[in-house]
Amino acid sequence: MSTSKYETVVGLEVHVELHTKTKIFCGCSTEFGAPPNTHTCPVCLGHPGVLPVLNRQAVDYAMKAAMALNCEIGDVSKFDRKNYFYPDSPKAYQISQYDQPIGLNGYIDIEVDGKTKRIGITRLHLEEDAGKLTHVDGGYASLVDFNRVGTPLVEIVSEPDISSPEEARAYLEKLRAIMLYCDVSDVKMEEGSMRCDANISLRPHGQKELGTRAELKNMNSFRGVVRGLEYEQFRQAEILDEGGEVVQETRRWDETQGKTFSMRGKEEAHDYRYFPDPDLVTLHIDQAWKDRIRASIPELPDARKARYTSEYGLPEYDAGVITSSKALADLFESSLAYTKDAKAVSNWIMGDLLGYLNSNSLELSDVKLTGQGLGEMIGLLEKGTISSKIAKTVFKEMLQSGKLPQQIVEEQGLVQISDEGAILAIVQEVVANNPASVEDYKAGKEKAIGFLVGQVMKQSKGKANPGLVNKLLVDVLKG
Amino acid sequence: MSIQTKDVEHVAKLARLHLTDDEREMFTEQLNAILQYAEKLNELNTDDIAPTTHVLHLSNVMREDEVKESLPPEMVFRNAPDEEDGQFKVPAVLE
Repeated sequence: MSTSKYETVVGLEVHVELHTKTKIFCGCSTEFGAPPNTHTCPVCLGHPGVLPVLNRQAVDYAMKAAMALNCEIGDVSKFDRKNYFYPDSPKAYQISQYDQPIGLNGYIDIEVDGKTKRIGITRLHLEEDAGKLTHVDGGYASLVDFNRVGTPLVEIVSEPDISSPEEARAYLEKLRAIMLYCDVSDVKMEEGSMRCDANISLRPHGQKELGTRAELKNMNSFRGVVRGLEYEQFRQAEILDEGGEVVQETRRWDETQGKTFSMRGKEEAHDYRYFPDPDLVTLHIDQAWKDRIRASIPELPDARKARYTSEYGLPEYDAGVITSSKALADLFESSLAYTKDAKAVSNWIMGDLLGYLNSNSLELSDVKLTGQGLGEMIGLLEKGTISSKIAKTVFKEMLQSGKLPQQIVEEQGLVQISDEGAILAIVQEVVANNPASVEDYKAGKEKAIGFLVGQVMKQSKGKANPGLVNKLLVDVLKG
Repeated sequence: MSIQTKDVEHVAKLARLHLTDDEREMFTEQLNAILQYAEKLNELNTDDIAPTTHVLHLSNVMREDEVKESLPPEMVFRNAPDEEDGQFKVPAVLE
């Protein structure tokens, strides 16, 4: 079995929940975690004779998302009914958009292995979410919670331009970043506010026609998407190697078993019998409306990244990491109101901040660090008020308490000792107490000085100015 | 005309309707009659007419994003076939 014989072709369908206060067609709250069915009304329960009325904010968000994905916004858009029977959908149809979606023909650029690749976006349309089923009684019955019915979603369909699981991940991460920058969704895969289905097929290198595809569902994390696609690549390559044919079907990714399983029932080809929803009138989107939404789109990750490399001289990689999160990029920029040293800010973010967040599985919003704190701390370092060692202590304290560095330094008596006399006293003491190391140094083992510096720093509780310590130590040892 | 018994069977299956042989015959005839009636519209020349989905001259009917009161639970379940723990209880549907 070798996947290298084949080219992988992936297209992703991503659903993103828009964070409006109310549902797309009624005034019920979209708040997450309410007791089952307490956010329902005749409209979202699908009672006969009720009339849906479109939420303006949902349209604004969908347009904003579509524009940020470089889509063309149609002048006319409409809603259609997608008919299917399933207990999560009380009307037995979903209101969606068929042939006149909000956005068409967009793209985003992703980066994999240092190369930029453009992934086409076929369309972005608005639709309503379905309810939530819990299977009970040993699988003989289901409980239905309709709270989520009618939560506005945008479905974003990519072109089959994605060629590997890594590209799929890069695409999802970029998509997520753009949605966060636009502030239209929380986009959390674990909480279901971002969901991803994948179409994947293989074809021998050089073949024009696409191979038969499988549709993968139930991948609930970025890692799940990567693993699901990797497994499916492997499975399909094995079938093709043995001269078999891939069956076109829907397959379910099982996270614990690390495999995909056929979901059966797809033989009866879906026939959704789309038709225009007679309860919802056409949407005419004029230039003024488009202009208003376009003006609300902030600087997006790619533009910010370019600016960070050109304006602040950050390395590509660092600029990419910082701009991949709007919160991180905002922190970076707000620090710059307090220090001019952008590279130092970037280094603290890339090193100590991300290190701390990753090792404790925290988000930036979980810590109290502010841009002012970070900027001012770098200022204290520059002035020599604190050493880089003290800075690390101050930084940790800022993460936890959010206090400003000056206050932390004063409260904990962390000011760096730059008084030569005071340091000299410690140096002399350390030299007197460590004759072995002193001998080593004098015998030519220059490295022995490192130990002595360490001892001085320790005695001064990290407060001695390291430059002075070095200088004075050398003076004393050579003198 | 165009509707065959197999079309009626297909539509019945999608709509989860079980039809007897007699009903299949009857609906095939009726649907054909309806389509024939609608066929009359094809006599009109619509070359220069944009497709319409609504007869109303209305567009952009929208509401503001403001929370309205939802139904009290006892009302929510008034039409429920069965209920358990504040949820609708229905027979399981295999995926």
